[in-house]
Amino acid sequence: MAVREAEPVSSLQEVHDAGLDREDLLGIYRNLLTTRGIEERGHILYKQGKIPGSFYTGRGNEASAVGVATAMGPHDVGTPLQRAMGVHVTRGLEPWRIFAQYMGRADGPTRGRDGNVHIGDANLGLYAMVSHLPAMLPVAVGMALAFRIREEKRVAIAWCGEGASARGDAHEGMNLAGVRKLPVIFWIDNNQWAYSTPSHLEYAVEHLADRAAAYGFEGVVVDGTDVLAVYREAKRAIEKAREGGGPTLIESVTLRMEGHAVHDDAFYVPRELFEEWARRDPIERFRAWLRDHAEMTDAEEDEITSGVKRLLNESLQRAEESPLPDPGTLVAAVYAQPEELDTPHHK
Amino acid sequence: MPEKTYLQAISDGLREEMRRDQRVFVLGEDVGVYGGAFKVTLGFQEEFGPWRVIDMPLAETAILAGATGAALMGMRPVAEMQFADFVSCGWDHLVTVAAKQHFRAGTPIPIVVRLPSGGGFSGGPFHSQTAESSSAHIPGLKVVCPSTPADAKGLLLSAIEDPNPVLFCEHKHLYRRIKGDVPEERYTVPFGEARMHRHGEDVTVITWGAMVYTADEAAQRLAQEDDLSVEILDLRTIIPWDREAVLDSVRRCSKVLVLHEDTRTGGFGGEIAATIAEEAFEHLDGPVRRMAAPDSPVPFAPNLEKAFIPQVDDVVRALRELAAY
Repeated sequence: MAVREAEPVSSLQEVHDAGLDREDLLGIYRNLLTTRGIEERGHILYKQGKIPGSFYTGRGNEASAVGVATAMGPHDVGTPLQRAMGVHVTRGLEPWRIFAQYMGRADGPTRGRDGNVHIGDANLGLYAMVSHLPAMLPVAVGMALAFRIREEKRVAIAWCGEGASARGDAHEGMNLAGVRKLPVIFWIDNNQWAYSTPSHLEYAVEHLADRAAAYGFEGVVVDGTDVLAVYREAKRAIEKAREGGGPTLIESVTLRMEGHAVHDDAFYVPRELFEEWARRDPIERFRAWLRDHAEMTDAEEDEITSGVKRLLNESLQRAEESPLPDPGTLVAAVYAQPEELDTPHHK
Repeated sequence: MPEKTYLQAISDGLREEMRRDQRVFVLGEDVGVYGGAFKVTLGFQEEFGPWRVIDMPLAETAILAGATGAALMGMRPVAEMQFADFVSCGWDHLVTVAAKQHFRAGTPIPIVVRLPSGGGFSGGPFHSQTAESSSAHIPGLKVVCPSTPADAKGLLLSAIEDPNPVLFCEHKHLYRRIKGDVPEERYTVPFGEARMHRHGEDVTVITWGAMVYTADEAAQRLAQEDDLSVEILDLRTIIPWDREAVLDSVRRCSKVLVLHEDTRTGGFGGEIAATIAEEAFEHLDGPVRRMAAPDSPVPFAPNLEKAFIPQVDDVVRALRELAAY
């Protein structure tokens, strides 16, 4: 099974065929802007000293995240990572809760107990990452295993980076998924740098998607700055998995446009590479596409831009009003109580 | 009430729970067609099918993380490590994800990890270890070490019901050696309640797992030869552990030996000894004694293994010293 390199999406008809109408397209644009806006505001909060610890962004990866999340069904689940804020935004995590999480406040999804981008709201089908990447990848495979046992038509998305793909968890998870043909998509955001380590020191194959063949499923490479191509490939793989066709490994290629975290100026990334990928900025690219192919008007664009700005201003204010977490809750939070399983989900 | 081996009690308890609750399923290496390395799940796959008794690839992280993922989706997985020793291959998952998930994300992880534990068979350094002390140090995990067939069944059902990751340390040296009455009906044994194995007055032994029987033999000999009355308290669960029962026994007997098969330094016995020193100091008539395996890997040669695992003679000697103090 050879790896397939996905073509860009050109016409509006192709987009309609993939299941998106014009409203959806404008919604994608709004989600892209919201994602970047959250992380830009986060930078400011960090510089103001309002974010403890470190701060991580996914600049350059917005389309890869929003595109996949748009393709997910309402009952699908996933374990997104630190460059995939757009997944949370697209599935409806309110920005004020993201800011509250950044600042370690009581209203963040982890209530101050875990930091920064370790975000996930199970009510939205999203489960927070841990730092030991990609430890949540085989967990997503376990979610798919549950779907398979119960014969539910649901799909799990397991995120991974090109750096974390070197770790055994990725192999064990992919191998199990291949053996059991589980409904899971392995989404590798290949942003070319794992902290300061370039791809050629992480793996020796041409494409990470080449590995899919070793696990007995299909591998696809997609341009992660092309939100529509990302959406189309994710949708295709998700629906295939839903119908019992097993896993797909999709390698979405981008460039990490900032350092590993806010303290890192990425001096080791060649300047020309940044310049080249800046010209392929995913948001600017989609904006141009909407102008050319979907006739997005100035009025529509202004409405979206000002709406996002207003949302983020209000969200920041609300997050700053969120209380600090209560140290008295620390030990009691460690173990779950029996009544916590008394939910429709666990019955 | 039927008499069953410790192994049969675990097997029957698990099978009955799988009949009762569709969410319960088993995953592990060779658990299906083969029935598990120790035959705990013998015949399960015929009854429940290949998707509830899942033969997994030889990959402990996939087994444990797979269990966690399924639990997050509402299942009640019971994962088998072929030997407790192999849990180290999936340790990162347990410590990093399963143990911390509720604390940080608020989502319960109701998984059971069955760990065939302990030595006594020349299994050598990689098929003989006990994991309870290392596990007990990880907030978020619960650790269970039954010693009787009835407790093995009742604690297993509590473990499956529990909304947290539970390490179920079943001792291999008890599997077929120990028999006892096991109620036919469904029952649970609560976590955190010790079992009084033997009442005594002069000295108490705090222990669990296979060491309960080592202590029992020592106590019988001391009753005959020394007219010494030895109490034995079987903790049954390590996390949570029954501090009140331990302190009560210490206050009554005034002398205490903490005994376990795990190695000494950093072993859970140290935590028990420290708690006794903090909370029952005035009631002690002698120093808190610990007996544990020495700080070495589990050895292979039978004479070396006997030197490693506390033996009846060792316990007798320690209790005599304590009594004479």
